[in-house]
Amino acid sequence: MAGLDRHSFRAIALVAGVAVVAAALMSGSHEISAERIRLNQRERLLQALHEVLDPAAHDNDLLRDQVLVMDPDLLGKPDPVEVFLASRGGVPVAAIFAPVAPRGYNGPIDLLVGISANGTITGVRVTGHRETPGLGDKIDIDKSDWIAGFDGKSLSMPTLTGWNVVSDGGEFDAFTSATVTPRAVVRAVRDTLIYFEQNREALFSQLAAAGAPADTGASGVAQ
Amino acid sequence: MSEARTLLADGFWRNNVALAQLLGLCPLLAITTTLVNGLALGLATTAVLIATNSIVSLIRRALVPSVRILVFVLIIASLVTTVDLLTNAFFHDLHEILGLFIPLIITNCAILAQAETVASQRSIGEAALAGMAAGLGFASVLIVLGAFRELLGLGTLFSGLELLFGDGASGVELSLPFDGMLAFVLPPGAFFGLALLIALRNYLRTAPEAQTRQTVVEDPS
Repeated sequence: MAGLDRHSFRAIALVAGVAVVAAALMSGSHEISAERIRLNQRERLLQALHEVLDPAAHDNDLLRDQVLVMDPDLLGKPDPVEVFLASRGGVPVAAIFAPVAPRGYNGPIDLLVGISANGTITGVRVTGHRETPGLGDKIDIDKSDWIAGFDGKSLSMPTLTGWNVVSDGGEFDAFTSATVTPRAVVRAVRDTLIYFEQNREALFSQLAAAGAPADTGASGVAQ
Repeated sequence: MSEARTLLADGFWRNNVALAQLLGLCPLLAITTTLVNGLALGLATTAVLIATNSIVSLIRRALVPSVRILVFVLIIASLVTTVDLLTNAFFHDLHEILGLFIPLIITNCAILAQAETVASQRSIGEAALAGMAAGLGFASVLIVLGAFRELLGLGTLFSGLELLFGDGASGVELSLPFDGMLAFVLPPGAFFGLALLIALRNYLRTAPEAQTRQTVVEDPS
């Protein structure tokens, strides 16, 4: 075997040795950090959910009562969207959607939209965006409280034409030199409300199914 | 100990990664929107530099020239992955901000350059020292550039310090009475700032010589 001379053998042994040590190092640090990272992400998600829904308003585990729904037209992406169902004493009080505003200025904008059982908005937050710093990023609660303007709104207040930015004849302020961003957010929130309106019963029946087995029969009878 | 001093001065100033070698500019330009971001990426890069330099120095006698780059990249990639996982676990908020840029430390050619030119030829102590000097040199450019852009672009300083040092540091943030000029937070501001820093370094390096020359010229008159 002319190919496997002393030199090549040393090279292969070296690379193999380093690769084994490197793999051990990485799996070791994964071992140490995996659980913490999972807890961190869970914690962060709960924190975000409680930004759009008062923690006192529900007593269930939002991360457990979580369902996936799909509606590319109204929820903004071709993949399933998480919905977190909130209940208090077994009674549905709100649903929190994680829809996307597909037409941001620099791409999709990730949202959390909290909607109470009677169809009014309990809060909206932007969880991820690439909008222009200083212009479009005013949708971020850290930059301005524009996003708080959705609180308490519903599909009947304002009316459907009111669900637009001012320059499109609606009720929601746009930012100077950045209309695209708020327009995208306003439309996404409106569409989420429409989706909720259309699917309220189906959504909350899943809550009953997931939460208390006894309720499943009751809701079945009601239907 | 003059050898150590030379190593430190070389890495930190004379061969400064960012200002003299012009390496690692992608993360440098992208992340320096605030001082704290710069500081965090600087510290992470320094940690990776010290660790890679030490390890490369340790195995330098076993290195085979034909596969050395492969070995360096393996070492750097696994260390960066470790740093990425650990910051995600212990500094989760900061990790959300630095996001993509920690894995990108792998592509910082400054680290590869250090492994190739310094670490594979020196003892472990010297290699670690050189790595620290280069890392701190890089970090200080990140910090200065981050402070410059944050002050002019956002009108604040030290914002987000609590992400790094816990809630005790949350009151440290300074706010200037102006909103800042957007251009400095956007990519052009990074280029302007870096250009100014490089110009300043070149001025400081050449200024003493220029002054001597001037005195020589002025002496006869």
